Amino acid sequence: MNMEIPMSAPDAANAPAATRARGAVDKGPLVMDCRVKRIHYGQFLAVRDAEIPIVTNEITAFIGPSGCGKSTVLRCLNRMNDFVPGFRLEGSVRFRGQDIYAHGVDPVAVRRSIGMVFQQPNPFATSIYNNVAFGLKLNRFKGDHAERVEQALRGAALWDEVKDKLHTSGLALSGGQQQRLCIARAIAVEPDLLLMDEPCSALDPIATRKVEELMLELKERYTIAIVTHNLQQAQRVADRTAFLFVDTTAGGRTGYLIEYRPTSELFGDPREEQTKAYIRGEFS
Amino acid sequence: MATATEPHGPSGLQLSLVNTRTLMDRVLTVLALLFAAFALFPLFSVLYMLVVRGGHLLSPTLFTELTPGAGMEGGGIGNAVLGTLVVVVLASVFSLPLGILAAVYLAEYAGESRLGTVVRFAGKVLTGMPSILAGVFAYAAIVVAAKSFSALAGGVAMAILMVPTIMLTGEQALRAVPEKMRLAALGMGASRMETTLRVVLPTALPGILTGVMLALARAMGETAPLLFTALFSDYWFDGKLNAPIASMSVLIYNFSGSPFAHLSELAWAASLVLVVIVLALNVLAQVLIRRPKEF
Repeated sequence: MNMEIPMSAPDAANAPAATRARGAVDKGPLVMDCRVKRIHYGQFLAVRDAEIPIVTNEITAFIGPSGCGKSTVLRCLNRMNDFVPGFRLEGSVRFRGQDIYAHGVDPVAVRRSIGMVFQQPNPFATSIYNNVAFGLKLNRFKGDHAERVEQALRGAALWDEVKDKLHTSGLALSGGQQQRLCIARAIAVEPDLLLMDEPCSALDPIATRKVEELMLELKERYTIAIVTHNLQQAQRVADRTAFLFVDTTAGGRTGYLIEYRPTSELFGDPREEQTKAYIRGEFS
Repeated sequence: MATATEPHGPSGLQLSLVNTRTLMDRVLTVLALLFAAFALFPLFSVLYMLVVRGGHLLSPTLFTELTPGAGMEGGGIGNAVLGTLVVVVLASVFSLPLGILAAVYLAEYAGESRLGTVVRFAGKVLTGMPSILAGVFAYAAIVVAAKSFSALAGGVAMAILMVPTIMLTGEQALRAVPEKMRLAALGMGASRMETTLRVVLPTALPGILTGVMLALARAMGETAPLLFTALFSDYWFDGKLNAPIASMSVLIYNFSGSPFAHLSELAWAASLVLVVIVLALNVLAQVLIRRPKEF
């Protein structure tokens, strides 16, 4: 472990322990206590030692070079890695105090409370309205669907652009609009946590800026964890940043956490040599 | 003059028919056009023939009257048109759920598993199977057991012909749905089944329907499977699925060899009607394929 912050919390943590500030996290309750010890894909050790507690109503960014496992760790948080053959996790991921990898936990139920926005915009081949209402139907939401759809589209800063064509195909929108549609779809069910896996990498700079502004607005109501390749983006939006790096010493390519601190400290005063080199742009 | 040895000279840019490359290009283009026209020739000559020989019988009564007996005048092919529709509907009732569910299994669950490979291979073999074998099978399995020719047996024979086409084209259509859409649904907390039902199947629907249309078009024109199963009937379909039933293809088979001129004219008319329906189904399939699919 390269972090010099003492990791004090004992595993016997009860519900309050998950919300206790510890280590890098010095304020606020945790929505997700991610304590990855090891992630294997078959024999391949993909990630080790990544303890990244995620604080409520904050944006947490995961940065690092390609292959450092930042997407892998993010996808652990809603069990999307379950679809990858050979995936195995050691450690615990506590969501509101409950280990989502514990025996008897339904991964489908986990994903219903944790939204996800992918790298490529991926709306369904149906109308804008049905895209946003998808999660409502899935959860058999009893309230007013039309109202929720409008609210979600407003939340995703897309309402004014689509309010007159709600029943046209979501695929007819531009890339940036499609990504905001995907965000609307995710927040329509009011998830406790929103995971974003490089949400702007397929977008142009203007669309990127819109999505970033949106994230800052969403922070008021939601908690966001974002993987990004873009260091400026992390600095613009993230409250805390986790820097992961690749360890090739053992012959493999294993990602691990180097530093996890408030964004301004990580970029302004990096403690580790690898962090300094990375934010100076010495490798990507 | 342009020569191959001076491709970069100023004169090398002039178009010249004496140049062997240019000449060959022109000759091959003309040849290709000729062969394309030649390939279209059979289709249009058949259509022309049908219109000339059967076209004059086209009238509303052709569809409302029963087939006439030997030596009689008048009548129509109404019972055969209705009978073909009944058999096709029966065949669809059997083959659609089976074919589409098999396609879902192949595309969404089987992957490269042993069972998936075997089913896929069996499907390909069945697509090329002579249609008479489907008839003989339904004859042995249903007609012999029930001691009666029947519409039901005809429907089963036709369904056997339709299932592989529906299954294989359906699998292709389902596979064409991008993986990112499945991930989106799974990420929203949909189960595998919900993902398939709510996202993958609706997205693949035009492609699946294309396969259904093609299977229907093929099965409708088949005579052999019905000869052994549905046989023929000179009467209207009366709701009994366990009795023989008329069909256009068997009518064409029976009447075309008839010594009575009027009956063979009715066979021409039935052929025309059948070809128009089959063409319409094919065109519909094309329209469904061409619908823009910008995933």
